[in-house]
Amino acid sequence: METQTIKNQKKAAKVTERISGSEAIVRCLIAEDVKIIYGYPGGAIMPVYDELYKYQDKIHHVLSRHEQGATHSAQGFARISGKVGVAIATSGPGATNLITGIADAQIDSTPMVCITGQVPSHLLGSDAFQETDIVGISTPVTKWNCQVTRAADIPAALAKAFYIARSGRPGPVLVDITKDAQFEEFDFSYEKCTKVRSYVPIPKTVTGTLEAAAKIINAARKPLIVWGQGIVLSEAEVQFKAFVEKAGIPAAWTILGASALPTSHPLNVGMLGMHGNYAPNKLTNECDVLIAIGMRFDDRVTGKLDEYARQAKVIHFEIDPAEIDKNVKTDVAVLGDAKATLNAILPLINTNSHKEWHQQFKDLYEIEYEKVIKGDLYPTKEGLTMGEVIKEINIQSKGDAAIVTDVGQHQMIACRYAEFNKTKSNITSGGLGTMGFGLPAAIGAKMAAPERQVVSISGDGGYQMTIQELGTIFQQKAAVKIVVLNNDFLGMVRQWQQLFFEKRYASTEMVNPNFVAIAEGYYIKAKKVTKREELAGAVKEMMESKEAYFLEVCVEKEGNVFPMVPSGASVSEIRLA
Amino acid sequence: MNKQKQLFTISVYTENNIGLLNRISAIFQRRRINIESLNISPSEIEGVAKFTIVIHMTEDDVKKIIGQIEKQVEVIKAYYHNDEETIYQISGLFKIKSKLLFEEPQIQNIVKESNARIVTVNKEFFVIEKSGRKEEIELLYRELKPFGILQFTRSGRISVSKKPMKISQMLKAFNY
Repeated sequence: METQTIKNQKKAAKVTERISGSEAIVRCLIAEDVKIIYGYPGGAIMPVYDELYKYQDKIHHVLSRHEQGATHSAQGFARISGKVGVAIATSGPGATNLITGIADAQIDSTPMVCITGQVPSHLLGSDAFQETDIVGISTPVTKWNCQVTRAADIPAALAKAFYIARSGRPGPVLVDITKDAQFEEFDFSYEKCTKVRSYVPIPKTVTGTLEAAAKIINAARKPLIVWGQGIVLSEAEVQFKAFVEKAGIPAAWTILGASALPTSHPLNVGMLGMHGNYAPNKLTNECDVLIAIGMRFDDRVTGKLDEYARQAKVIHFEIDPAEIDKNVKTDVAVLGDAKATLNAILPLINTNSHKEWHQQFKDLYEIEYEKVIKGDLYPTKEGLTMGEVIKEINIQSKGDAAIVTDVGQHQMIACRYAEFNKTKSNITSGGLGTMGFGLPAAIGAKMAAPERQVVSISGDGGYQMTIQELGTIFQQKAAVKIVVLNNDFLGMVRQWQQLFFEKRYASTEMVNPNFVAIAEGYYIKAKKVTKREELAGAVKEMMESKEAYFLEVCVEKEGNVFPMVPSGASVSEIRLA
Repeated sequence: MNKQKQLFTISVYTENNIGLLNRISAIFQRRRINIESLNISPSEIEGVAKFTIVIHMTEDDVKKIIGQIEKQVEVIKAYYHNDEETIYQISGLFKIKSKLLFEEPQIQNIVKESNARIVTVNKEFFVIEKSGRKEEIELLYRELKPFGILQFTRSGRISVSKKPMKISQMLKAFNY
């Protein structure tokens, strides 16, 4: 008998089975613990769908109504669960329809694996029916992509895809698999990927940088923390809270960072950027130390770069070395995963409270409250405001709901006013600003976290960009709560036209359909609210519904979102009206 | 910080992979950076390819580009050097009518003096090859032009750095 060594044990464990490439694809997904995928069938991916039919007890395939919807659902799934979202499509138009979601996932660092069918390998490059160079097309918007033309290469390609999508700074990957590779039989075995030779997912923290950062933080008199989604992606919420509290530093968030620290936390001073809160924007240009954690200084956050925090020393905690000095010059870069670096710096930080400095935030908040917030949340004039709808949702959710937004005015209002007790509760398209993101993303979020209340909030414009996903909601019985804040305008563009284009409302007025009838057409309970006295009851009814529910709220037609940092202005030039 | 534009040679060590050229060139295209020259070849390490890219930009910007290049999964490491920090060469080929070789004795002198060499001669044409700096090849071009050049082509820059680029050690560390 052979001696059992680690080496031959491993050998013995590697049992192979003769199966087709398409079955291998499904088996790889199962091995990666994938239980739900989103997609749309078609010619070049049919062998995989045939296997999905056989494995439907193990993998639930959600038939979206458009491949873009599939990607956004996969994104919503990933954002609420922290797991890799999976979308699948056929070649040609199926594949190209994925691109918007992939680009969105790339700029918002969302882990997603997309699998596309491709024409048989002997037809590649022949302009075959439904052939498109999806690897070429997706290259600039994927973290990694590849094409597989042999069944034997499928397991390694998918293992690598999942590893790359979820590790380090997450992102979308695409694996394009030719139809002949799906049909071909081979000896299947699956090994998870744990490293790629040329790829460093988490950079080493440079020796001395933690100490240097701590020294600056401890000496600071007016420090400000600005955090982003890095906290959420690294699941560093506990470490972050401990750091913020010990250092006693006011902390403000980018919209993708929202909910990493509860809204009610006394050191949470609100949202950064173009429609963020008054105090953190204004005081960015007064702080002496700016501590950026897991954020990338997007232009919507920084405003005019030449006048952004010039007076401050900048410390940047970041997992992606390419972000260091990309937009804002740092004094100390702390490379690494936020959870690890925050854990490591905590003992080096002095306990502090920065009371007077914090008072400055409170004082500016009072100004913002009087000039903006009060009117948004407790309006006295006739028309309903977007803000009061969010307030009613807060009352009903008690801050426990996951809020999924689309893009535009309603998004800014929702992010400004939604209350979050739990992390991974704000799901929105930040970097790409993809209208149509919200509704399908909410489906993914609800299916990943069925125990959570998931509220999709859209405007009347974005809602109609992926409105077909109501079909998915109906077929899946996904209990998504759908709110459309209808002002019969593409509101954000209209606001800009009002402010910067002398009210020339070019193509921003929407003549809208009967939204309630459309929802009811999909057998979704639906209601429309036009008066303030109906609002609270309708929101309550929606939130208490056990199934999907559609609520249209007709809000004032020309409501604006303030404060506002005009495009190209400095953050300290933030306007209250 | 250096805001002065100058020539930099970027050396990128990569896994040899279909599509990587597309991925790397997209980084430049997206930022509207003109690639002055590009060469892809095997490197000193088996299975590792080396891209040699010449660009004209500021050091601040080249650092950002290096970050974006290194971010690509299949890129092992990227370096940048200015012209003083590298030994570099390009190569030029000139195709000329054979009868000129006998009718215009000056051509032979030009070839000799410019340290070029004749790589092939047949009845119709002969081919001159010249390796060196871009300026040297341009000079040779100007000198040969009056006689009539049938075809001319110049290669991308190839370069080695004066200081070591420690790729082998890095790959060992990757493999731990």
